[in-house]
Amino acid sequence: MSSSVGTKIAVVDHGTGNLTSLTRALSKTGSTPVRCTSPADAEGCAALMLPGVGSFPNGMAALSASGFTEFLKKQAHDRVPLLGVCLGMQMLFGRSGEQGDTEGLGLLDGTVRPLDAGNERVPHIGWSLVQWSRPSQLTAGLEAETAMYHVHSFVAEPGDREDVLGTASHGEVFTSAVERENIYGVQFHPEKSSDAGLRLLGNFAGIAAAVDKKIAI
Amino acid sequence: MAFKRVIPCLDVDNGRVVKGINFLDLRDAGDPVELAERYDHGGADEIVFLDVTATSSHRSTAVELASRVAERIFVPFTIGGGIRSPEDAQGVLDAGADKVAVNSAAVADPTLISRMADRFGSQCVVLAVDARERASGGSWEVFTAGGRKESGREAIEWIREGVRLGAGEILLTSMDRDGTQVGYDLDLLNAAAKAVEVPIIASGGAGSPQHMAAAFETGADAALLASILHDGVTTVETVKNALLALGVDVRPIAA
Repeated sequence: MSSSVGTKIAVVDHGTGNLTSLTRALSKTGSTPVRCTSPADAEGCAALMLPGVGSFPNGMAALSASGFTEFLKKQAHDRVPLLGVCLGMQMLFGRSGEQGDTEGLGLLDGTVRPLDAGNERVPHIGWSLVQWSRPSQLTAGLEAETAMYHVHSFVAEPGDREDVLGTASHGEVFTSAVERENIYGVQFHPEKSSDAGLRLLGNFAGIAAAVDKKIAI
Repeated sequence: MAFKRVIPCLDVDNGRVVKGINFLDLRDAGDPVELAERYDHGGADEIVFLDVTATSSHRSTAVELASRVAERIFVPFTIGGGIRSPEDAQGVLDAGADKVAVNSAAVADPTLISRMADRFGSQCVVLAVDARERASGGSWEVFTAGGRKESGREAIEWIREGVRLGAGEILLTSMDRDGTQVGYDLDLLNAAAKAVEVPIIASGGAGSPQHMAAAFETGADAALLASILHDGVTTVETVKNALLALGVDVRPIAA
């Protein structure tokens, strides 16, 4: 992790979520979070983090209003490492059926749908084991099954199963982490998952440091 | 299936823990952040802070507490006590809290629950209910103002209404059992768990891991711990290991 010390990570602040915990957790792992209320603020950063809570339509509207939609697409295509967290992961996908039909960023193929929890309670709130589907730099050093903290009622359904990095179970087995090239997403909250979550965030900073891209506006 | 949660609860007055704590190796037994950090490392799944500061400066003390906690605690935490408006809630959420707990103010104006749920989402809204069994038995009276005031509401009915209005979780305290360490009120828990679909946090009466196991068996998703931790009777780590040994599905403590 030492190589990632001071790595600047742009945290997209589209005004709907609480970024304090995420930025504090990034600082704790040694990287430097840069809170961005507009794309210009991300100048010089090595990676992007897209957090988000609340509804999908609100999240996409907020991204659009703050000018991030096209910016994120462009940076993702330019291979800048991007990590979506919770709603941020869901917004990476093509569309969501939450409160009608809303278009997402479309960086990953697939849709967002309600969690089919069966007899379990919804929203799914709490610590659930995530089983990693394959090795990844993002999950380096974590147990094969790692408890992570989840808060959600919707799940992403990747169109390409190859994108699935980890699954968890709550009434059904759902996709809890995704990875496709430079695009990463986690349904859980690493910033609230104690030491395991901090490790994952540190790994992401490590990925960014290794890629060594600098966002130019 | 989420793990059953073990949640230490700290009462905080003007930034200091109110109840006595007997950990000998703590530098400052009155600092909620230091204590919470210990709980985080010990395997606490969440932490609840109840700000009992009874002054006009209340709102700022809760925000300051949330901010200090968020700097060093990386498990979810809830701030309760004196939240009277969505604006109060916004302050502590912005400072890094994950959820806010409302109690008296929601009883006084139930729309507070829906206004907060609309603005922040149900997952942020914990309805704290302090209940005492009525003399007739089988029903429970809701108390407010820290257990001093009868509300005239029946607890199970109130819980139903609260969930209908958007509460995402119920922190259910049995006043009859609070501080007694004789076990949770399982009848109350059972009635609440049957009435609503949202998670129930059992509170009041925990004296042993067996009590907690019984609460989970009865339908609680989480168990709040106060006096047995604060009195130094046990630690989060010991409790979780005991629960694992009892076959309860709790998050193992990371190696």
